[in-house]
Amino acid sequence: MPKAAVPPPPAPSGGKRAATFQEEVIAMIPADSRLETCIQCGTCGGSCPSYADMDHTPRQIFALIRAGARDKVMDSNTPWMCVSCYLCAVRCPQQIHIPDVMYALKAKATQEDRVPSHVAPDFSRTFVDYIHKYGRSFEVGLVAKHYLRHHMTRLPGMTTSGIGMVTKGRMGFRPHTIKGLEGLNAILDRATELEQAKQRSVYEEQPQAGGAH
Amino acid sequence: MTAPKTGVYICHCGTNISAMVDVEAVRDWALDELGDKGVVVSRDYPFMCSSLGQELIEKDIKEYGLERVVVGACSPHMHEKTFREASSNAGLNPYLAELVSIREQVSWVHTDKAKATEKAKAIIAGGVYRVAEHEPLEPLIAPVNNATLIVGGGIAGLTAALEIAKAGYPVHIVEREPSIGGHMAQYDKTFPTLDCAACILTPKMVDAGAHKNITLHTWSEVVDVSGSVGDFKIKVKHKPRYVVEADCTGCGICWEKCPVQVIDTGFESGLGYRKAIYTPFPQAVPKYPVLTPDDCTYFAKGTCRACEKFCPVDCIDFTQTDEFVEFNVGSILLATGFQPFDARRIESYGYGRLPNVFTSMEFERMSNAAGPTGGKIVLRDGVTEPKAVAIVHCVGSRDKNTNEYCSAVCCMQSLKFAHLVREHTKADVYECYIDMRTPGKGYDEFYNRVLEEGTQFIRGRVAEITDSLRYPEEEGHEGRLIVQVEDTLAGVKRRIPVDMVMLSTGIEPQADATEVARMFGVGCSSKGFIIERHAKLDPVATMTDGVFAAGTALGPRDIPSSVSNGAAAAATILSRIAQGEIAMEPYRASVDTERCSGCRICNDLCPFSAITFDEMAMVTNINPKLCQGCGVCVAACPANAISGSGFSHHQIMAQIDGLLSYPGGSDGRPVEEAVGATA
Amino acid sequence: MATQYMYYPGCSMDGTGKAYHDSIEAVLPELNIGLAELDDWNCCGATEYMGISPLRSQALVGRNLALAEKQKNGTDTLVAPCSACYVNLARTDAYVRESAELAATVNDALGADGMSYTPGSVKVRHLLEIMIDDIGLEEVGAHVTRPLKGLKLAPYMGCLVSRPDYDDRWQHREHPHALDELLLALGADVVDYSRRTDCCGGHMTQISPETGLELIRRLIVEAERVGAHALVTVCPMCQMNVDFYQREMNHHFREDHHMPILFFTQLMGLAYGMPAKTLGFGREIISARPALANIGIESPLTEEEEAAKAAAAKPARRKRGDPTLPSPAPREDEEVLR
Repeated sequence: MPKAAVPPPPAPSGGKRAATFQEEVIAMIPADSRLETCIQCGTCGGSCPSYADMDHTPRQIFALIRAGARDKVMDSNTPWMCVSCYLCAVRCPQQIHIPDVMYALKAKATQEDRVPSHVAPDFSRTFVDYIHKYGRSFEVGLVAKHYLRHHMTRLPGMTTSGIGMVTKGRMGFRPHTIKGLEGLNAILDRATELEQAKQRSVYEEQPQAGGAH
Repeated sequence: MTAPKTGVYICHCGTNISAMVDVEAVRDWALDELGDKGVVVSRDYPFMCSSLGQELIEKDIKEYGLERVVVGACSPHMHEKTFREASSNAGLNPYLAELVSIREQVSWVHTDKAKATEKAKAIIAGGVYRVAEHEPLEPLIAPVNNATLIVGGGIAGLTAALEIAKAGYPVHIVEREPSIGGHMAQYDKTFPTLDCAACILTPKMVDAGAHKNITLHTWSEVVDVSGSVGDFKIKVKHKPRYVVEADCTGCGICWEKCPVQVIDTGFESGLGYRKAIYTPFPQAVPKYPVLTPDDCTYFAKGTCRACEKFCPVDCIDFTQTDEFVEFNVGSILLATGFQPFDARRIESYGYGRLPNVFTSMEFERMSNAAGPTGGKIVLRDGVTEPKAVAIVHCVGSRDKNTNEYCSAVCCMQSLKFAHLVREHTKADVYECYIDMRTPGKGYDEFYNRVLEEGTQFIRGRVAEITDSLRYPEEEGHEGRLIVQVEDTLAGVKRRIPVDMVMLSTGIEPQADATEVARMFGVGCSSKGFIIERHAKLDPVATMTDGVFAAGTALGPRDIPSSVSNGAAAAATILSRIAQGEIAMEPYRASVDTERCSGCRICNDLCPFSAITFDEMAMVTNINPKLCQGCGVCVAACPANAISGSGFSHHQIMAQIDGLLSYPGGSDGRPVEEAVGATA
Repeated sequence: MATQYMYYPGCSMDGTGKAYHDSIEAVLPELNIGLAELDDWNCCGATEYMGISPLRSQALVGRNLALAEKQKNGTDTLVAPCSACYVNLARTDAYVRESAELAATVNDALGADGMSYTPGSVKVRHLLEIMIDDIGLEEVGAHVTRPLKGLKLAPYMGCLVSRPDYDDRWQHREHPHALDELLLALGADVVDYSRRTDCCGGHMTQISPETGLELIRRLIVEAERVGAHALVTVCPMCQMNVDFYQREMNHHFREDHHMPILFFTQLMGLAYGMPAKTLGFGREIISARPALANIGIESPLTEEEEAAKAAAAKPARRKRGDPTLPSPAPREDEEVLR
C-alpha cells in the first residue's frame, strides 16, 4: 500500500518569501495550468453543468485562490462538484486547464484531510484503495462499500435495477488482481516521494520580480 | 597595417542596459584589451543618443582623429542613423560608424549580470574587429515617381487618395469589389455620434470617382509588383464585368430584368439577395454593374440573355475576359482592410445552426434603412419583432482559441446596436461583456447614454447559446434562445431567454493578407496584420521603403483611427514626392568577374530581378540600380565571387573573429558560453 | 491480415460495460480488425485518482503507457473504448510530451519497477476514432446488410472524446458529427441532438445524486423532445449513468421516462445482420426492445418528405413575396443533418 497522505508543507524560514496560496495550488498541477492568467470572464461558470450545486463558481474560486483566501477555497464544495466534462476547459479564452485546478484542490483537501463533505472523498479513496489492492477497479466492492456507508436510503429504490445488473451479467463478483501489483505499488510509492519533494520545493525558493525593461 | 583609430561608446540607456551590464567595466576593458585593435578612447554615457551623447562622439572624432566609431547601445533598427549622422557631422564617413546591440541582444534577454557583462564585451569586440574592415561608402540616390498606388478603396484608402490627388499628384486605387467604399458603406450608423455612415462616406466616394488625378481600378486586383524604391512597376488585373464601361449609363434596367436572385454574401453580408448582374448598392462608385458568371443562367445553360436584350445601349458583352494594365508608381499604400470573424468557429454560440443568432455585419444591414428589411429589426422569419435581444461581446476576440487580441471596435459597436434596438423596437436588451472598453472621444459618454436608455449590462462572457430548454423552469419559452452566462458581478449563473442574439464579431486580417504582404514585400504578423516600421513613431510606414499601410490592414481600429492613418500616410507620401529623390543605403552586391565560374546558381534567386547573365563573357552581372543589397546571391555563390558592400565576407568574418577572440570571463568559461546565442 | 491495434479495455468492460465488450468482440473481426489486449494493464484511475493525487495519477497511467511502448509490435496505437480511460491515457501522454520535468518525474517513478516511457511513443486513440478515421465510413457502411432505417437515434458522444482533445484531432469539440455520420452509414435515422457532448454526470450519481440525476434528466428530456427512440453512446460510464440510474431519476423527479441507451458497436452489429443476443442486447436495464421494434420496417418516403428533400437540395432562391431572411450557410459537415 502507498504511504500515507502528503503532510502540509513546512512553514517558510530564513528570510524567504512565503509561497502564495496560488503558487501552492499550481505546484499540485502536473502540467502548465495557466491559472495565473485568469481574466475573470465567467465563461467557466456559465458553461458548468453542475454549477447550481456549487458554493462558488470556478471563476470565484480562481479569484479566491489569487486573493489567498485559503479557508474559503478549502471549505468550498466547488471542486467536488466538478464533473470533469471539460466544457470550461475548451471554452476558456485563456486556455486554463480548469479541471486540473479542480483536481489539485481536491487532492490538496484530501491530503490535508480538510474536506467540506466526506461522501466524495470517501468514494475516491475507496476507488483508489481497490487500485492499490488489485491494480484494477472492483465495481461490486466499490458500490457495496460506498452505498452502505453513504447512500443507505437510496438502496431500496435501486433494488430492481441492482438485481437487473446481476442477472444481466454486468456485475463481476471476483476482483481481478494484476500480476505486477507489487511493482505498481512501488511506482506509486516513488511518485508519492517525488510529489512531496515537489511541494516542499515551493517553499524553498520564490523567484524575484524580473529586471527593469 | 596599423589598426585604425577607434572610439568605443557604451550607452546606459537610462538603466535599460546598465541594470544588467556593468557598463564601466566594459568601458575600461575595451580601452585595455582592444588597444591593439586601434581603440584609443572608450566612454560610457547615460543616453548616448541624446544631443550631449552625440556631441561627445563628434568631439572625440575631431580631437583624437578617430577613423572608426563603435557604439554599444540599442538595436541598429533604432539609432544606427543617429550615430552615423553624428559621425558625418564631425567629418567621418557615416559608414565607418557601427552600432552593436547590447540592449536587445544582452540586457533585455539575460538575468545574470556577470554573464551579461561578459557577453557585452564579446559583442563590442566583434564590432571593433568588424569596423576596421569598413570602407567609406556614399548613399545611392534614386528619383521618386510622383504617382501613388493605393490598394483598397475603403475609408482609409479613400482619405489618402483624396489628399494626394488634391495636392496634384496621380493616384491609382485598386479595389477588388465592384465599388469603392469598403466596409463603411455597409454600416448603418457610426458611433458615438450616430451619423449615417452612407451620408458621410458617399460624398468622398463621389469625389474620388470624379477626381481627375484619381484612376479607379475596381473589380480588379494587383497581380505583380516589380521595380525598386522610387519606381515600382505595377500590374493590375481587371476582372471582366461583362459590361462595356464606356457605353454603360448605369440605368439599372439589366439588373431589374435579370431573373436570378442569389444570396448576397458580399455587401448584404448574407442577409439579403442580389441579382446575377448587379451593383452592390445604389450609391456605388463606379455606377457600372458586374455580372457574376457563376450565378448567371446564360453561362450555365446558354440561354436567357435578358440583360443583353433589354440593355438600351447594348453594353452587355459576354465575351469579356481578364484584362491587364501596367503602370509605374513611386509609393504604395496598402489599405486592404479586414474581414469579420467567422462566428461559426465558436460552436457554443450556434451561428449557422440556430437561425436567430446574427452577426454584427448582418445586424448592420438589418438596421440600415436601405438594407434587406428596410431598417426593421426582425427575426430570421422576416416579420417577427424580437421582445428580447442579447448582444454578445468579444466574439473572436480576446480568446486564445481564436484571436488573442482585442478587436478595439466591438464594445462601441455593441453599444451602438443596443441603442439601435431600443430605438427601433420595444425589446429588452441584454449586453454581455468581459470588460467595457470605451477609450475615445465621446465614447464613454455614449456608454452612459445607453445605460440611461435601459439596456441591461451583464459582466460575463457568454458561455453558450442554446435552444434546449430546461423544465419546468423554462416552460413556455419554446422556440426562443437561452443565453447562458455567469453574471460575474452578481456571482450567479443566468439563463436568459431571448428571441434574438447578436454576436459582436471581431476584426481579422483578410483571408489572403499574408499573400498580399508577400507580394508587396512587407512583414506581417502570423495572423496577417501588417507590421509597422515603428508601432509608435512610424505607424503608417512598413519595413519596405516606399510601401505604406493604413487602416485595419495594420490591426483592429475604428473609423476615426483609419481616417487618421489614411491622412498620415498621404502626408508621408507627399513628403517623399516633394523631396523628389530618395537616398538609399549603399549596400549593393557586386560580382568579381575573375572569380565567377558562370554556374548561374544566383541567377534565379534575386528577388529584385537585378541579376542578368552575360552569355558572351559567360559571367553574371548585377544591376546596381535594381539591387537592394539583400545578400541572397552573396550567400549562394559557391565561388565567393559575389560580395556585398557593407556586408563583405571579410567584414563578417572579422566580426566573428572578434566575437570569438574574447577569451571568456575571469573564471575561464568557454567563449561560447559567454557569447551565447549571438554567435 | 487483420489490422492490429493494442487494446486497453478498461475495468468496466468485464462488468457494467459487458454489452460493449460483447458487441466489440462481434463486430471488429467483421471489419478485419484485431485487438491485442495490453498485457497486465492497470486501472487508469477514472476520475478518482486525479482527485487524490494528480502527480501519482500520472505515474499510474504512465505504467500502462510504458507497457504499451514495450508491447508494440508493428503498431503504436493503443485503443481505448471507454472515454474516461481514453482521456486519462491521452492526458498523461500529452503532459509528459509538454513538460520534460514531468516526464522525468514519471520515469523516475516508473523506474521503481524497472519501467520507462518515451513521451509520444504510443498513440492513444478512442475506438470511435478508429472507426471514423482508419476504417472509414465507407467501409463501415459497406458491411451493412440490415439498414437501421426507421430507428431514430440520438448520437450522444458525451464529453471526453472530442474534449479536451489534447492532440487537436477533432475540429469540432462541442458539436462533432462523427457519430452522426457513423449512424447514418448504418442507415439509421439520426436526430439533431443538441446535447450530444453534454456531461452524463460522471461519478456524481455516487457522490451527489441530485446533481447527477439532473444531468441525466437533461439528456433524456432533450432526446425525447427531438423524437429519438434511443441514445447511442461510446462510453460505458455514460451508458451506466443513463441506463442504471434512469429509474432513480424517474422516481426523484416523479416522471416516467423510458429512454434506452445503446453502444454504437451494438448498432453496428445489428446493421451487419448479427443476432441481437450476441451483441449484448438485453443487458440494458432500460429495455431497448420498444426501440428495436422499429427496425426492419422499410417505409419509403412519403410524398411530403420527397418534396421537402427535393426543396432542400436546390440552391436558395427567393419565393415571390417571401419575407424570410436568408440563413447563413451551416458548417459544411452540418449539411448531413439538413
